[in-house]
Amino acid sequence: MATIEQQGAAPGRPDGPRSGTLTDRLSMRTRRLLWVWGFLALPILFYAVIRFYPTVQAFYLSFTNWDLLRPAKFIGFANYIKLFKDPQFWKVFKNTFVYLIVGTPISLVLAFTIAYFLDRVRFMHNFIRALYFLPFLTTAAAMAWVWRWFYQPPPIGVINDVLSMVGIAQQPFIRSTDQALFSIMVTAIWAGLGFQIIIFMAGLRAIPTSFYEAARIDGLGEFAILRKITLPLLKPTTVFLVVFSSIGFLRIFDQVYNMTTNDPGGPLGSTKPLVLMIYQTAFNSYAMGYAAAQTVVLFTILLIVSLLQLFILREKK
Amino acid sequence: MRKATLFAGLVAGFSTLAINAAQAVEIEYWQYVFDTRVKAMDELITNFQKANPDITVKQVTFPYADYQTRVIAANMAGNGPDVMQLFYGWLDKFVAGKLLQPLPTDAFPHDKIESEFFPIVTAMKRGDDYYGLPTAVRSLALFYNKKLFTEAGLDPNSPPKTLDDFVAAAQKIAKHDGSGNLTVAGSTLDMAGQDHQWWREVLVRQFGGMPYTDGDKKVAYNSDAGLKALKFYTSLQLEKKIGQAGFMDEGQAAFRGGKAGMTIDGTFRLGAFKSIKDFEWGVTELPANAEGVRSNYASYFANGISAKATGAELEASKKFLAYISSPEAMDIWLKTVGELPARRAAAMTETNLKDPIYGPFLKGLEYAHTTMFMDEAGQRQTAMDMVNRVLLEGQKPEDSLKQAAEAEQEIIDAAKP
Repeated sequence: MATIEQQGAAPGRPDGPRSGTLTDRLSMRTRRLLWVWGFLALPILFYAVIRFYPTVQAFYLSFTNWDLLRPAKFIGFANYIKLFKDPQFWKVFKNTFVYLIVGTPISLVLAFTIAYFLDRVRFMHNFIRALYFLPFLTTAAAMAWVWRWFYQPPPIGVINDVLSMVGIAQQPFIRSTDQALFSIMVTAIWAGLGFQIIIFMAGLRAIPTSFYEAARIDGLGEFAILRKITLPLLKPTTVFLVVFSSIGFLRIFDQVYNMTTNDPGGPLGSTKPLVLMIYQTAFNSYAMGYAAAQTVVLFTILLIVSLLQLFILREKK
Repeated sequence: MRKATLFAGLVAGFSTLAINAAQAVEIEYWQYVFDTRVKAMDELITNFQKANPDITVKQVTFPYADYQTRVIAANMAGNGPDVMQLFYGWLDKFVAGKLLQPLPTDAFPHDKIESEFFPIVTAMKRGDDYYGLPTAVRSLALFYNKKLFTEAGLDPNSPPKTLDDFVAAAQKIAKHDGSGNLTVAGSTLDMAGQDHQWWREVLVRQFGGMPYTDGDKKVAYNSDAGLKALKFYTSLQLEKKIGQAGFMDEGQAAFRGGKAGMTIDGTFRLGAFKSIKDFEWGVTELPANAEGVRSNYASYFANGISAKATGAELEASKKFLAYISSPEAMDIWLKTVGELPARRAAAMTETNLKDPIYGPFLKGLEYAHTTMFMDEAGQRQTAMDMVNRVLLEGQKPEDSLKQAAEAEQEIIDAAKP
């Protein structure tokens, strides 16, 4: 073994006699692996320090009563028991799932429909696509403030002005416990639409045109083509967007916080998602332990939802 | 022998270092970013350094939203400020976290503090010790739009004096369009602004009750008086229709936009309202009740000395704190920031009391109360929710009041150090 390695290493080295060092004794393959892992170690280490370590720390903190000031004391499951008894938590939990269950399908169906037809439009195609994409580029906070003013009651709210011109009764929108959540969801869907359209269009373009030609020769109608060819072949794209958009709705924060800063989470918490509750517990009440417990719950929900979606939408063999 | 000389040298070296340190000390002062406050503090620091050439003060500022977290985090890391600004409501937390040291009684004798400052300064006292002194204090008053007063046929120079006057004036000013939408509010209704303080410390007392007992650790507004106060407040929108929660997004925005006849706000709003060009506005004391009972809510940011300051830094910090709570500093603060002096003598001067703007706020200080919040954001939220349940969900005021009292008691109990 040793001789082979020596032979492999020696030619590159002019001073042969000194070739007894550790690196020279390793094979080419091992050395390459060492290099690869050497480079990979840096991002992995970085990631471990800024991601994994805080995650583990959060799990630990969720079992303590840490309030930033006094040393953390281990209190077992007390935070979790408090959380599950808190009616506010269940309200927030429900809100979060309404964002997810209503928001994700609507945004995906909308994005697909637009992408499907936009794909056929030749006239000003790029311009229209840019228009859809624009909201995605805008800062969420700035956008939320514009919408907040749109939703105002008379005399300053634009939407209510239009409604009164058409003769429809004024709506309270974000000042109502029933409408506030959906008012905010609309803005979130609108903001994410551009990105989803672009991804869907890329997915549509990737389907080979020969499939369509074959289908047309066989006399399949448009709807059948959509159902039998387009949708099945678009599945990887759809799976990606479902997971991506679900996580987005489960973590919704910017829109909610900025549209209701003077009563964060809407009147009587009607729009408050879990992330906002975590933020308030941690940075307004400084109950870090309790906030960590909420974070662990959010983490678990995200994990379960993502795994569930991957399982349901998996490739059937 | 050699060791001894070395040791002597070391001692000599250290002592010269120590002397140098005593000659030139640098201390750090922390506050949150607010343009005029930073400017005023710069001016105070320049004056202070002129009088004390051996002391340098470095001002460090953070955005308000981060401020508390920064102070706490820096303290954990062991490199916090020597003198810091804090809201009176944070004191329990800061004392429990050992961030502050009691003010040394040699430089700040208690009898002097108690005789020279406004009584609300006792909110900085825990046990036998004071932990900070304010430069300036804030109170509430009723702002009114003289143009809307004139348009409604009211005398712009005699603003409402009692709650009944207030309601009557507001009803005259309020305008609705054909479908009943509010277009001009008689008065703003904004619990997220200052109305929750008005309800808690003013209205509840004016209807004959107490918001809290037991050093503000026991909620006491779930009473007949509390119910009357809540009914009065919610009736402003529901029955008298003088205003609407959420009208023009925020109360202060409605007033600034000339769409509200009156608004209750604090001294800190003066800066924003001074730039109003479209109409003239005035300030008056918060309305009294029919028996003439008045109340007000006062609050302040105080300055305290960090627990880690010792030796020369402690001495310098004491001098600096004494200067920034001196009458001279308060005067500069009033001129630059617009906040009221915390010392009676500096505040209640002839000129200040006659000032049409500062006068009403200063009069309010004499009978003001200061809520000892345990979790300011949480307690404010319970008051907002209480009103929202009545306004938006039609819950009965008595039920909403009871629910709010229970929720707030829970928050207070949970936050007890």
